[in-house]
Amino acid sequence: MNIQEFLTIFISAVFIYNVILSRFLGLCSFIAISKETKPALAMSFAVMFVIVMSSIITWFVYRFMLLPFNLTYLRTISFILVIATFVQLVEMVIRKFSPQMYRAFGIYLPLITVNCAVLGVAVLNIDMFFLNGKQVAGSFYYSLFQGICVGLGYTLAMLLMSGIRERLELCNVPRALKDFPLAFIIGGILSLSFMGFSGFKF
Amino acid sequence: MKTLIKEFTKGIIKENPTFVLVLGLCPTLAVSVTVANGIGMGIAATFVLLGSSVIVSLIKDFIPGKIRIPCYIVIIATFVTIAEMSMKAYSPVLDRALGIYVPLIVVNCIVLGRAEAFACKNNLASSFFDGLGMGVGFTLALILISAIREFLGSGQLLGHTLIKGFEPIFVFGMPSGALLVIGLLLGFFNFLKNRKT
Repeated sequence: MNIQEFLTIFISAVFIYNVILSRFLGLCSFIAISKETKPALAMSFAVMFVIVMSSIITWFVYRFMLLPFNLTYLRTISFILVIATFVQLVEMVIRKFSPQMYRAFGIYLPLITVNCAVLGVAVLNIDMFFLNGKQVAGSFYYSLFQGICVGLGYTLAMLLMSGIRERLELCNVPRALKDFPLAFIIGGILSLSFMGFSGFKF
Repeated sequence: MKTLIKEFTKGIIKENPTFVLVLGLCPTLAVSVTVANGIGMGIAATFVLLGSSVIVSLIKDFIPGKIRIPCYIVIIATFVTIAEMSMKAYSPVLDRALGIYVPLIVVNCIVLGRAEAFACKNNLASSFFDGLGMGVGFTLALILISAIREFLGSGQLLGHTLIKGFEPIFVFGMPSGALLVIGLLLGFFNFLKNRKT
């Protein structure tokens, strides 16, 4: 466990392998909720919180339940159940303690369950930081940090995209390209610019 | 019989999951680098769709309404695990190429969407054909996108070089190429639809 390793995780999760623009995880929310900056930011923070918490929980589930009992083939089922339950719990807690925040998040919270970024990061953490059925040194901290970085990368992409699309509202675009098609093409150009980061490989 | 055929064919063109409903794009874009990967992903997703549609339509009367979504997710995850393990056993090369996108079929909106919108309200036969149609539509869309990307990105189709001396455009093999191709295809289909009306 050293600083260099953390830096590598940060740069590759935020820039080189950006969740949305290079791994295509969470693409549905990226296209659907990026019309305005404010909801896009609210969604990003909600996703970031859930990703960080679920990478902690799934690490414990994998390390202390699935590995010792040789149940690793139940990975997908147990992770998605844990994530779905956790999202439900967060929703209930927020509704009880802060109705204001609950209204701000609105329908985005339940939608996060089916956001592939959350399950994707959990599976990725296990693939990267557990080798041959054994955890690498400091794997818990790496998983946690990767969760935070992926959340940051998601926020960055959402912010860029919603800013561009807000301005596009005023432009005159061909009728056939309105909405979805144009959003994909903008995403493609954004992703092209992120490809420049793959220059600094470690 | 006629309605069954209609359930099957609607998923291919009229309600194509990728181009009309715009659902489940993560795997579509990520694995469509080569046609072989696209076909593999399509078959895996069709298997999961078919299995989950059949099971959900069989036990729909026993599932309490309040917890139906978690129940569907468990059923879907079971079929995904079966697909994942058989792929690991019989086709390790494909498994490595598809990577984390196989377990991610669980959160593919098409599968949960069909369970919630169709299979929980219809009988076994129509659910079966609905799942099959959606799966075939998804596979065809994947084949179309991956064929364009593989041809432009590497000048090949299914690993065979088509035109000698064709200079490949590498960007179509990259992630950004996937977004560009699907954006342009969606625009093209919109254009056709607008012209018809």
